[in-house]
Amino acid sequence: MSDERGPEQPGVDPAGREPLGGSAASSGAGVANAVGPRDAPVVAHATDRAVAPISVLLRVNGAEHRVRLDPRTTLVDALREHLHLTGTKKGCALGQCGACTVLLDGKRVNACLVLAALAGGREITTVEGLAQGGRLHPLQAAFIERDALQCGYCTPGQIMAGVACIAEGHAGSAEEIREWMSGNVCRCGAYDHIVAAIQDIAAARPPDRGP
Amino acid sequence: MTTAHVGHATSRVDGRLKVTGAADYAADHDPPGVAHATVVRSTVASGRIVEIDDSAAAGAPGVITVLTHHTAPRPHARARAHSAQVDPTVTHRLRPLQDDRVRYQGQPIALVVAETLEAAVHAATLLRVTYAAGVATTDITRAQPVLPTPKQTDKGERQPAVSQRGDPEGALAAAPIRVEQTYVIPRENHNPIELHATVAAWDGDRLTLWDKTQWVANVADEIAAELGMPADHVRVLSPFVGGAFGSGLRVWPHVMLAALGARAAGRPVKLMLSRRDMYYGTGFRPHTVQRVALGADRDGHLGAIVHEAVQETSMYEEYDESVVDATRYLHSCPNVATRRRIARLNEHTPTWMRAPGEASGAFALECAMDELAIALRLDPVELRLRNEPAQDEFKRLPFSSRSTRECYRVAAERFGWGRRTPEPRSMRDGRWLVGWGMATATYPTHRAPAAARVRLLPDGCAEVATAASDMGPGTWTSLTQVAAEALGLPIEHVQLRLGDSALPRTPPHGGSMTMASVGSAVQAACHEVCRAALARGGGDDLAAAMARIGQPVEATVKVRAGEETTRFSMHAFGSVFVEVAVDPDLGETRVRRIVGAYGAGRIVNPKTSRSQCVGGMIGGIGMALMEHSVVDPRTGRVVNANLAEYTVPVHADSPPLMDVTFIDERDPHVNSLGVKGLGEIAIVGVASAIANAIHHATGKRIRELPITPDKLL
Ligand code: FES
Ligand code: FES
Repeated sequence: MSDERGPEQPGVDPAGREPLGGSAASSGAGVANAVGPRDAPVVAHATDRAVAPISVLLRVNGAEHRVRLDPRTTLVDALREHLHLTGTKKGCALGQCGACTVLLDGKRVNACLVLAALAGGREITTVEGLAQGGRLHPLQAAFIERDALQCGYCTPGQIMAGVACIAEGHAGSAEEIREWMSGNVCRCGAYDHIVAAIQDIAAARPPDRGP
Repeated sequence: MTTAHVGHATSRVDGRLKVTGAADYAADHDPPGVAHATVVRSTVASGRIVEIDDSAAAGAPGVITVLTHHTAPRPHARARAHSAQVDPTVTHRLRPLQDDRVRYQGQPIALVVAETLEAAVHAATLLRVTYAAGVATTDITRAQPVLPTPKQTDKGERQPAVSQRGDPEGALAAAPIRVEQTYVIPRENHNPIELHATVAAWDGDRLTLWDKTQWVANVADEIAAELGMPADHVRVLSPFVGGAFGSGLRVWPHVMLAALGARAAGRPVKLMLSRRDMYYGTGFRPHTVQRVALGADRDGHLGAIVHEAVQETSMYEEYDESVVDATRYLHSCPNVATRRRIARLNEHTPTWMRAPGEASGAFALECAMDELAIALRLDPVELRLRNEPAQDEFKRLPFSSRSTRECYRVAAERFGWGRRTPEPRSMRDGRWLVGWGMATATYPTHRAPAAARVRLLPDGCAEVATAASDMGPGTWTSLTQVAAEALGLPIEHVQLRLGDSALPRTPPHGGSMTMASVGSAVQAACHEVCRAALARGGGDDLAAAMARIGQPVEATVKVRAGEETTRFSMHAFGSVFVEVAVDPDLGETRVRRIVGAYGAGRIVNPKTSRSQCVGGMIGGIGMALMEHSVVDPRTGRVVNANLAEYTVPVHADSPPLMDVTFIDERDPHVNSLGVKGLGEIAIVGVASAIANAIHHATGKRIRELPITPDKLL
């Protein structure tokens, strides 16, 4: 049998290397512009040409970083592998677990579904950016107090999603929180403690009145 | 001075690291010059690789090296077979990239190492592979079950595959009330949220591995053995483990691939598996088919139990888990036959997954008990109370402690079980059918030799070091508590180091034995260092003695189980009660409440222990209602190898009420700490209680997990 590699090919992780859906798709042209037309396909087929690196300005937690990236690099990989901000975790690279949740211009996104190039110039907040001068963000403190974590691997994503959930005004009740936090999987099953931690903080601060 | 640390609800000592993103998991390490690797896997389940053309991949931009069976280094001449306690009884270890044979779908056939992950992933698509596909067996119902090869252990730790007492078949035939059914557990994958990953870095002839593992010592031993290196030339670091539930117990092929890739590339290599990879490379709970037959008299006294299981394993290893073992001691019965068999398939080897064996076995046994209660028109709790054994009838030993009665009483009371109406479909909430079900939980109290080192400093602080891992239960915190209590120090004065093969050796972080084993070692080392310091410094005040000595005092102690294991049968017990609501039109099941009570010895930290139990309950909801790795029998391929199609419980599935009670149980026999372990027992019985509740709600008895809506319509 000869080799037939569809998207099902085990071992080859197509994560984030397909054209994006959702908010990113609308800016998809940006990739082609940055890379140049000849390299436009993100899922390339047999090509022996080098993919020209692009220069991206990433603004993370208030600091600016100019990085040279393979245009196929996702935001989660750019943060972890290029900026060494490893607090943002990768659990699937397919938008299915929420471990990579960061705030992009204040809104939560799965960083594995965002090409780093498309995040250029936008405000990125990661878990490393929550504590202020050594003082934990109240939700971080509540996670410790409520024991809203076990292995801790989903935790940065849960906290970033929780911060956003409160800001969105989706933390009015335990039931509402459970619904709006369901994109963040915790295999250790810390859910009821996570909800309690979010409730503690939501009760203390009114939601932002955003758009 | 505060010394009452054990039993206190201390917040996690590693909590701050974890909520700030500062805890370093395996793939968070970036040694200078690190390259990235990806595994290419077979697309057939059996056969040979006729040709593997890596020219396009090797020539692709950014690619450093491609390893295939043509180019991968062979094991060192001094390589020796290494087999650890977590490895299957009979193993022909699969050495990756050593020959052209394909034994299962998804077997590693190449490793691509490149400058970036993107380049590696792309180059992996450029390999051209031609197979001569062989005949593959991928369906458990078509494989001939065989008895596993008996394990030759020194201590007889593994129980025999077959057991019999009395005349079970005769008693069954004579019993006025009988239940006989078949129960099926599908394949389930651990799916920790952290992807398995290994970062390998060579420094001359020494190797450092940052690896996601539950047992650093075993990784060091195995890699050293395979590569013909002295064991201390391999250092394995794993201070934080992002969940594992058993998937991190063995040394999987990708660990060796990372080491080989780094050597071939001449640079450190980071190999992080994809989610899909983990369905082909880090084990799973085996698909298990069980037959249970129960016979009882009209008063509900068990007269016969027959429990037989057939479980899948690979072509190259006999993985055999304790599916029927709890049946031998859980309920009193004079005539019992149990048998475990395995069926060899073209797949990679299944492995330990949270309460391996017991979780699957309890599903069958505790559902059958519910069916028997219904046949007897007896309350299911009452049926169990009528069959409480006075001792372990299999080992013929007294239990070191057994709080089942108390667990039933407390959990039933907190649940409000007395208000249950026994008829199926008799309880409703609006249009929802409501059902209440319960089950018994049990898990053996294991213990294995463990060592710890404690160093007292003149300033009154202490450093505690042991190789153990913490995949989430809170070992960082509980060991710190044990040390602080034994040394009479505040928590903040104890510095713990974990997850490093250079530290004193510990057993696998699994089987719920970390506190029993490593906790006992830490406690003993603390006592020893205190004794040594007081002997040297004089007096009976440790702080004063240390100030007088003016330099560190250190003790390393190794402890093991004593003869108590031959005098007592040691297990944790519990009971779990569940309320479900089933949508009569859509067949959707919602778990509304879970109430569990556990007799698990001393609870070192009620806060982290509750988390562990609630986590096990959530795992049990997944097992009962969602989890199923669907294998396409034509190809051996897992068709839902991702977290969108292999569904696990999310926030919205978390019951609004989860209640955990620990019975105050003082067990003087199990170990010096009096702990029994919690990680496994927390999932045992949950799926049965849910299935029993669903029967109560709907009148439908579903004996094949997961109980998805289609089965209820
Ligand atoms: S890693 Fe991004 S959602 Fe899982
Ligand atoms: S704490 Fe382990 S996955 Fe959430």
